[in-house]
Amino acid sequence: MRLNIVSAAFAAAITAVAFPALAQSDTRLTGSGASFPFPIYSAWFKDFSSKSDGITVDYQSKGSGAGIQDYLNKVVDFAASDSAMKDEDIAKAEGNVVLLPMTAGEIVLIYNLPGVTEVKLPRDVYPEIFLGNITNWNDPKIAEANPGVTLPDMPITVVVRSDSSGTTFNFTGHLSAIDAAFKDGPGFGNSVQWPSTDKLVKAPKNDGVTATVVQTPGAIGYTEYGYAKLTGTPMADLENKAGKFIKAGGEGGSNALASAQFDDQMRAFITDPDGENAYPIATFTWMVFPKSVADPVKADAMKKLVEYGLTDGQAMAESLGYIEMPEAVIEKVRTAAEKIGAGS
Amino acid sequence: MSSTDFKQDSGRSASRPPTTGDIIADRVFRGGAYAAGALVVLLLIYILWEIGFRAMPAIERYGFGFLTSAVWDPGQEKFGVLAEIWGTLYSSVLALVIAAFFGVGVAIFLTQDFLDARLAQVFRTVIEMLAAIPSVVYGLWGIYVVIPALRPVAGFLNETFGWFPMFSSSFSGPSMAPAVIVLAIMVLPTVAAISQDAFSLIPYKTKEAAFGMGTTRWEAITKVMIPTATSGIFASLVLGFGRALGETMALAMLIGNSNQISWSLFSPANTLASLLASQFPEASGIETQALMYAAIVLLVISLAVNVVGTLIMAMSSKQKVG
Repeated sequence: MRLNIVSAAFAAAITAVAFPALAQSDTRLTGSGASFPFPIYSAWFKDFSSKSDGITVDYQSKGSGAGIQDYLNKVVDFAASDSAMKDEDIAKAEGNVVLLPMTAGEIVLIYNLPGVTEVKLPRDVYPEIFLGNITNWNDPKIAEANPGVTLPDMPITVVVRSDSSGTTFNFTGHLSAIDAAFKDGPGFGNSVQWPSTDKLVKAPKNDGVTATVVQTPGAIGYTEYGYAKLTGTPMADLENKAGKFIKAGGEGGSNALASAQFDDQMRAFITDPDGENAYPIATFTWMVFPKSVADPVKADAMKKLVEYGLTDGQAMAESLGYIEMPEAVIEKVRTAAEKIGAGS
Repeated sequence: MSSTDFKQDSGRSASRPPTTGDIIADRVFRGGAYAAGALVVLLLIYILWEIGFRAMPAIERYGFGFLTSAVWDPGQEKFGVLAEIWGTLYSSVLALVIAAFFGVGVAIFLTQDFLDARLAQVFRTVIEMLAAIPSVVYGLWGIYVVIPALRPVAGFLNETFGWFPMFSSSFSGPSMAPAVIVLAIMVLPTVAAISQDAFSLIPYKTKEAAFGMGTTRWEAITKVMIPTATSGIFASLVLGFGRALGETMALAMLIGNSNQISWSLFSPANTLASLLASQFPEASGIETQALMYAAIVLLVISLAVNVVGTLIMAMSSKQKVG
């Protein structure tokens, strides 16, 4: 008798679990990779999963490099990466990749100067700060660019990332593009050998850098625009290639993206954008999908996901601290997305 | 261990041969105990083997030079952990000195009848609760409380005693000093709890004898109680040191993660554990192997500290008072 009750309860439980799953034919997309776009991706995937019938997307933020590894090992359906994909990795995947820029972000210089709310940094100054050559805020080169601002006599504490990161990759890529000494010194990469000085500290992740700058008078550091915006930390105006000082956030980022020249794999690194009003440090971030997909339903789901990202997804970008991609880029991505599941 | 000295209630016969059940139970228990003991050793060997196996390519490539260079540059594939070894040892030793002073002080205060027993228990619980606070909370506390509080003090020390190597650089925030202070607090519960045990294990008659000799309370503590508890105090320091060596998250947040070697408390530094924590998530290829190598270095340092500690304890306990 008791057994019957138990088995009945079991049956009921199983039915309750199994039936909804049967009702929405279950297409599950799994992805892993970059942590920089994770806030916007998780918002997208949640919204997308609820709007589209029977498709769920799981994304694990574990770093661009790890995501590409997962993709090569065929553990995931798609990957996400801040530095696209290297030629050698594309070769390892036997060309079975469709690289799609999905969103973009700005890297900003945040600072902590008591009583100072606006600082302009010329392009011959900020690489020197990160090289440890300009060490005080009252340096004549900074003063010259900031007439009317009283800069304190305060040592500059440089805050950089302690972990390996796509943000560092893009930031050092920009510094290397505009400063020969930086290119020959630290160079560029996910983590570089910064100059050894007492005035350079490393903090983990974007939030660690932001917290350290906020807590340290005289500090300057680089972080994603979203984090600086969220915490209300002051950001420096940077001089672009055309010689104009551009504020972080808003139009400057889109203008920078407009100058992107994509190669045949949809890769473009904007190390030093042209354009009168372009913010100098902006970067795309990519999703990687396969060209040949065994299950046509899955291929279809992937295309839907991309289309969602290009339409509804872009509308969310600004409020989450990312840059809405220009219409021309979206069109290119849409065309490239046709290759998903089309076979190689 | 002989199973013959049974001592049972006087009503029944004490001398009865063990039943088969007794023998089986005894064998099973003995086997289980051996297995559990062996498992611990095997686990350690397995961990060493697994990490060593993965680190092998890096060990072959960088060899001993890994321990003597202070560069960590994945782009150029140059790796060395000298700065991290220095930072790990320097921060742990300083933290241990502070924790030993306060930990042993607290142990004396709580065990030598300075306080009502019930009140002492409250204090003990509070100190033990320090051990339950997650590392990341200590890290945040360090960033938002310790560093701002240290700023004026450090500024003064640097300006006035700048010639002294430990104060020779100006303070900018995350650096050795806040890391050491937070680390000392994290190690304190371990040191305090085990030292307390060491003091409370001393038979009361020892203290009575000391007072009987006409010592003052202070003399009894410094000349009798502390020497008697030495081996227990030492054990607490060895355990505390082990904990300090391996502490990760709070240090990664506070020490500044900079690959440099400096005596100055106000300079950023790095430790092996925080290097592992910060570099592992995005590492690949040779960097992963180099990190495994660094993990072995950390493991060997911890092992060496424990072995040396045990040896010194074994030597000092020979002269222990009964």
